[in-house]
Amino acid sequence: MNAQAETQTAVHVRPSQNEESSESLLQIRGLKKRFSLSGDFLDQLRFKGGRLVRHQEHVHAINGVNLDIKRGEALCVVGESGCGKSTVARTVMGLITPSEGEISYGGQRIDNLSSRQLLPYRKRMQMIFQNPYASLNPRMTIQQTLEEPLRLHHPNWNRQQILDKVEEVMRSVGIDPDWGKRFGHEFSGGQRQRIAIARALAVDPEFIVADEPISALDVSIQAQVLNLLMEAQQERNLTYMFITHDLAVVEHFGTRVAVMYLGTVCEIATTATLFEKPRHPYTQALLSAIPRLKDDRPQHIRLTGEVPTPVNLPSGCVFHGRCPHANARCKQEIPVLQTQDDGTRVACHAVEEARL
Amino acid sequence: MTTSSTPTVPSRWERFRDSFLWYSFKRDRTAQLCLAVFICMVIAAFASPLLAPTDPYDLRHIDILDSELPPFWIDGSDERYVLGTDAQGRDLWSIVLYGTRVSLLIGFGAVLLQALLGVTFGLMAGYLGGRVDAFLMRLADIQLSFSTLMVAIVVGAVVKATMGSAFYSQYAVLMLILIIGLAEWPQYARTVRASVLAEKNKEYVDAARVMGLRSRRIMFRHVLPNTLSPIFVISTVQIANAIISEAALSFLGLGMPETHPSLGSLIKAGFDYIQSGSWWITLIPGAVLVVLVLSINLLGDWLRDVMNPRLYKG
Amino acid sequence: MALLEVSQLDVRFALRQGEVRALRDVSFTLERGERLGIVGESGAGKSVAAFSLLNLIAKPGFIAGGSIKFEGQTLNTMSERGLRKVRGNRISMIFQDPMMTLNPVLSIGEQMLECLKAHRRISSKEARSIALDKLRQVQIPSPEKRLEQYPHELSGGMRQRIIIAIALLLDPDIIIADEPTTALDVTIQAEIMALLLELCEQHNVGLILITHDLGVVSQVTQRMLVMYAGRVIEQGPTREIINDPQHPYTQGLLNALPQMATPGERLNQIRGSMPSLSNLPSGCAFHPRCDFINRTNGQPRPACTEQVPEFVTSGNCRVACHMVAEMIEDRRLKEETS
Repeated sequence: MNAQAETQTAVHVRPSQNEESSESLLQIRGLKKRFSLSGDFLDQLRFKGGRLVRHQEHVHAINGVNLDIKRGEALCVVGESGCGKSTVARTVMGLITPSEGEISYGGQRIDNLSSRQLLPYRKRMQMIFQNPYASLNPRMTIQQTLEEPLRLHHPNWNRQQILDKVEEVMRSVGIDPDWGKRFGHEFSGGQRQRIAIARALAVDPEFIVADEPISALDVSIQAQVLNLLMEAQQERNLTYMFITHDLAVVEHFGTRVAVMYLGTVCEIATTATLFEKPRHPYTQALLSAIPRLKDDRPQHIRLTGEVPTPVNLPSGCVFHGRCPHANARCKQEIPVLQTQDDGTRVACHAVEEARL
Repeated sequence: MTTSSTPTVPSRWERFRDSFLWYSFKRDRTAQLCLAVFICMVIAAFASPLLAPTDPYDLRHIDILDSELPPFWIDGSDERYVLGTDAQGRDLWSIVLYGTRVSLLIGFGAVLLQALLGVTFGLMAGYLGGRVDAFLMRLADIQLSFSTLMVAIVVGAVVKATMGSAFYSQYAVLMLILIIGLAEWPQYARTVRASVLAEKNKEYVDAARVMGLRSRRIMFRHVLPNTLSPIFVISTVQIANAIISEAALSFLGLGMPETHPSLGSLIKAGFDYIQSGSWWITLIPGAVLVVLVLSINLLGDWLRDVMNPRLYKG
Repeated sequence: MALLEVSQLDVRFALRQGEVRALRDVSFTLERGERLGIVGESGAGKSVAAFSLLNLIAKPGFIAGGSIKFEGQTLNTMSERGLRKVRGNRISMIFQDPMMTLNPVLSIGEQMLECLKAHRRISSKEARSIALDKLRQVQIPSPEKRLEQYPHELSGGMRQRIIIAIALLLDPDIIIADEPTTALDVTIQAEIMALLLELCEQHNVGLILITHDLGVVSQVTQRMLVMYAGRVIEQGPTREIINDPQHPYTQGLLNALPQMATPGERLNQIRGSMPSLSNLPSGCAFHPRCDFINRTNGQPRPACTEQVPEFVTSGNCRVACHMVAEMIEDRRLKEETS
């Protein structure tokens, strides 16, 4: 009786000093990643003014990203090529070690764990890749590909258990289990992506990072794979981090959207809010650029200038060079994400000053 | 949702028959001829105790009075010795068969050793990168800056001086495998490293890492099988190279002893008799060596053309 | 007479598994200044169609039948010399990857001048001024500087603008653009498409736009062809096809787009995948994926599985589908009886 009461209170009293952090599955705080362009130490040495100087150049792929992914949602990260969205995904999965910042999963910091310590998390977090033609080992059969994660994460399962699980997961993604003896290259792009999804689902993860999972596929196949991902989410109560450049997909798939530009998040909002009322000038331009079927002569917001390279980041707001609303402040001061009335978070001086 | 028809899974043999390798082999006369010649030579060499009329290693069968007999198409030949005899009176046909066997043994053995070292180091350098890569590749550079001959001379001299030349001749085959194997592993290491670097960035390797597999398993189970085709191609070239290296070493007197000659030492032994008119002692093993190396090299060329993915994708 | 008239085009590839028909019975016309979209998924043959127009198909492909007439001249039987006068001069091409057209070791200026001088007898000075003029037309900032630059110094969007400038150099009658914006980002894609549209309208240049993106086609073109497994299955005015597609495949393709569905709901997918050209289903190539064939009694219609559908005219569109043909026939009969 007493013990029961205790457990009940334990369930009710969660550490809830911060509402947001208690329900978020994944937290990214101040994430930065630089890639060196300068090679090894000897390559870095340069002669400058008669002296030997060490010269280093970096690509600033991510510059201080904060994100929270809540349990059960599909957070879409949108941006153009080179905005760092894939780097964020790969950092979350531990494929890249961050230069700065922290990543926590279920309250536990994971970015500084060794690969052995990460193993239990590998079972809970999985990843789906962009290119189904490259993400399956060409020398392994489908059966081998799907058995491998099971053998690793369930070392005490017997042969029959593994076979049953492989069959179940193949059926759940719509692949005939009889095809297990075939190699990846014998399948079409859509089928390969199904197999890649099956591999991710095999270990029953709760969180899946999908890095542009449909952009290499044909239109009619994209719909199949998106449906599959949505079904899996409902059946298995999955949480997604969905990386894409296609806003039409985001509108359909995402619970919330984070828009990235040049390594920073410029706007986070729920999908409906973002599409109804985009705040950041970049988001507005991005939305206006979607080729819609129904309107004949759409009015694009024409951005001037080129996307700056992440090697020499512009000062101030990274978008100011192309922004129609930029002023002197934008060129000097880096904007931070600020929460609006409806919960949208925008990093823009113009929005803050109500110029927009 | 599955596609209704399930075609039967092809077996390994069916896959091979449908492969581009088999297709291009069927159409390439040179490759067919080379493979036939090569296989015949390998079979003949390893069946030499059965094929050779005499055992050239057995001194009892050798009569010095039979020395320098010419081959059958020249006057003065002896019908017992089809290809004539060498300076010591050994049947040239038998000794060439045995010599080919020695040459092939050293060639294959050395390449096996090279491949073992080179593939392991190349995989580690390419996959692990960083300091391991820097260290192993500098080691390879240093190794390459010594020529095979120099290594052989030094090792041969040291072994002969410390263990005596009787010991050296007893283990000459092993010594040569070791020397040629050690001298040329960087070729493998570099090739493997280059293709590992290309494979490493493919998404299936990332997928394996996300799965939580250990580096060693990713290296050997995922990356290595996908770098096999360049390894295969370079192996053919390396076998030919190893046979040539062995012949060169033997020719310089650093290789196989006269009593257990390889093709190289046969050429060398006969070389002194060219002046006296007994050209066959050196030219016949020389011709065998040329045909052997040529057929391997042509096969290697064909393989390289077939396995170059850029050529056959279109 | 139309500017470009393609009729019964048949392109085959001689592969080691046997001959594969990449295009069958492809017919269409392009009027002066008209913008035509060719839509299809990968493997539908849309790029082959584009390449075959200028006889640019690489071995083992070849044009096995049909004709391509440009201003009455038959291009597919023309000599290589004659073709060169048309290629780049009267008809120019824009590829998906700008680096396919741009030579990395020559500066932009050198490439543009070379192209001009190959087709026209003009001085370097004149050529230079034409090149600058075209660069201004594609709204490239500081064009003088660009002439001295090399392709790798420019961004993807800038390169594609240069390609458009090169395509426009000789004031062509037709531009064939093969997925010109697929490799570009959304915002850049919108800019490039708007620019291409504007230039075509200004100079009365015909455009053949090959793409898989129905959104782009609907915004840029006046007429479109939908291709499936090497055949044209539907053609007509873009607006009409987008608003009221007749062929089940076109319907499926449009309905599969996320923007056509309610957010969060299942998308309307087409089941299965595009058949490989070497192993086409009998009859209508789409029948194994088609949802309509067995609506009547649960069995596939024999016509769909046995007979290749002929084109029928429905409104301003032409559709190759047995079901549409039957519906039109039904309607006609009803009208006759009433």
